[in-house]
Amino acid sequence: MGNGTELGRVRGLGSAKSGVHHWWMQRVTAVANVALLLWFVISLVRLPGLDHASVLLWLRQPVAAVPMLLLIASVFWHLRLGFQVFIEDYVHDEGAKLLALLALNFYALAGAAAGVFAVLKIALGA
Amino acid sequence: MAANRPTARPISPHLSVFKWRFTMAVSIIHRATGTALAFGGGVLFLWWLLAAASGPDAYAVFYSVARGPIGILVGVGLSWVFFQHLLSGLRHLYMDTGAGYGLAEARSSAVAVFAGAVLLTVLLWVAILSTKGL
Repeated sequence: MGNGTELGRVRGLGSAKSGVHHWWMQRVTAVANVALLLWFVISLVRLPGLDHASVLLWLRQPVAAVPMLLLIASVFWHLRLGFQVFIEDYVHDEGAKLLALLALNFYALAGAAAGVFAVLKIALGA
Repeated sequence: MAANRPTARPISPHLSVFKWRFTMAVSIIHRATGTALAFGGGVLFLWWLLAAASGPDAYAVFYSVARGPIGILVGVGLSWVFFQHLLSGLRHLYMDTGAGYGLAEARSSAVAVFAGAVLLTVLLWVAILSTKGL
């Protein structure tokens, strides 16, 4: 703290560039993941069975579908932020780093989209 | 000058030269488990969800693999990975507040993460086996 702008210093944000936002969102999604994943694991254990019919019956309820959508968003966001740091720490070749970051972003976004689509298809019935 | 140099100098952190400690192990394993969850966990989660959305035939394929010996083994492994990452993540959040950096405290919280992850994995599978059987 103390090297940033006057406003940044007042708010205790340091230089307050995007690194702070990255760090903060990693923590926000981490806290959300704790709640959502514990809910997910406990829900699966409490289901009468994990066969197709039981899973569909469960995911058709809004109280299951909505947390599942939040879980997908939070988990894929969190893994994108976390693995970005991993790549930046260990991949030093600029070209390989760019490709790895590109692949990570595609994986995170495509994975989240596929998961959201699956939940909506089940929840909204088809 | 060179003769006075201490023989055991601190070395820069790197996997191959680091001295193994609970505190460094919990940190390295946090990254390893995070990576395993991001890709292994993520892909298996999507397979389960997309199979459920695709219909009974696609789900039957997932279900038979998941309940087979490889599926159970991966399930147990992945649940340990999940609890290990969860607990070391909670330790990170606690340390983000500026607390827990004393040598003794950091070591005991690291040991607690390892012990807790194994304990929670065992409890989860006892719950699964007692409610669902194999």
